[in-house]
Amino acid sequence: MHIMEGFLPVDHAIGWSLASAPFLAWGVHSVRRQLQAQPEQRMLLGVAAAFAFVLSALKLPSVTGSCSHPTGVGLGALLFGPLAMVPVGFVVLLFQALLLAHGGLTTLGANVFSMAIVGPFVAFGLFRLGRRFGLSLAVCVFAAACLGDLATYLTTAIQLAWAFPDPAGGFAASLLKFGGIFAITQIPLAISEGLLTVLVVNTLTRFNAQELQGLPLFAGNGGKA
Amino acid sequence: MKKQNLLILAAVVLLTVLPLWLVPYLGIGGADGELFGGADDKAQQAIATVAPGYQRWFEPLLEPASGEIASLLFALQAALGAGVIGYWLGCAVTRDKLRKQGEAQAPHAD
Repeated sequence: MHIMEGFLPVDHAIGWSLASAPFLAWGVHSVRRQLQAQPEQRMLLGVAAAFAFVLSALKLPSVTGSCSHPTGVGLGALLFGPLAMVPVGFVVLLFQALLLAHGGLTTLGANVFSMAIVGPFVAFGLFRLGRRFGLSLAVCVFAAACLGDLATYLTTAIQLAWAFPDPAGGFAASLLKFGGIFAITQIPLAISEGLLTVLVVNTLTRFNAQELQGLPLFAGNGGKA
Repeated sequence: MKKQNLLILAAVVLLTVLPLWLVPYLGIGGADGELFGGADDKAQQAIATVAPGYQRWFEPLLEPASGEIASLLFALQAALGAGVIGYWLGCAVTRDKLRKQGEAQAPHAD
């Protein structure tokens, strides 16, 4: 989902940066307030960030014959709310843009928007929705992490289609092309991400039941597993 | 729960390994160059076909000197994350054990 350095026209690069900036500021504020209220959650936030670090470093083969990677931001979004994952995703993307030439500074805004904003918000929204309908914890966690991951890659496809509409078919033809590259490749990886997130949540509910009680977003809506 | 976790791990391994065998077998995506290249690079090529005149206007400040160095940095990223998760898992399991021991030793505490 990394749009390469310099591969968004200047106006798009600026636009996406402006769109992401308020979320980042809001996210930093939200994390700081959460940790001030509950310093004991620091470790769990570290785990959520570490999960995103690991998963976004793993480039996995997919059925389309190309490789891509999961994002790992779904877990943190479920535990701490989607805003908390904006700074985390930003740090991951900055690390990759600066040291790995993977993604870039000019496309950082667009990449933050897809991976650190759309993904976590979709994951969180689906999770709350599923819990409200009384679905089991494992099902909700899986669906949230899996579809949040897919939403990130769809967003990237939309961003590229918007910036590079097909000369003949326009936005739609372009979206089909980029969607084929990103979204279809991502389907098995998104399933893997959903499954791995369930694995971590299983571990959390087994060994960290007390800590989870302190997370109203996660445990609040009938958190009994 | 333990059985579910094992099934999950098996499914993830299958999902990762199957494409390695399935893709060459069915001949998907074999026509255009190397197999299992990055989707990001594919998108870059797609941009070149949709907008052939597009000029990259900003270069990465720092490129890994080679593919080896890039994989070093990716491994470092994963290792950092895995280290933190391992530390937490150790702490959590030990704390859980101590809690249970404490409860067993003082059954009338509450």
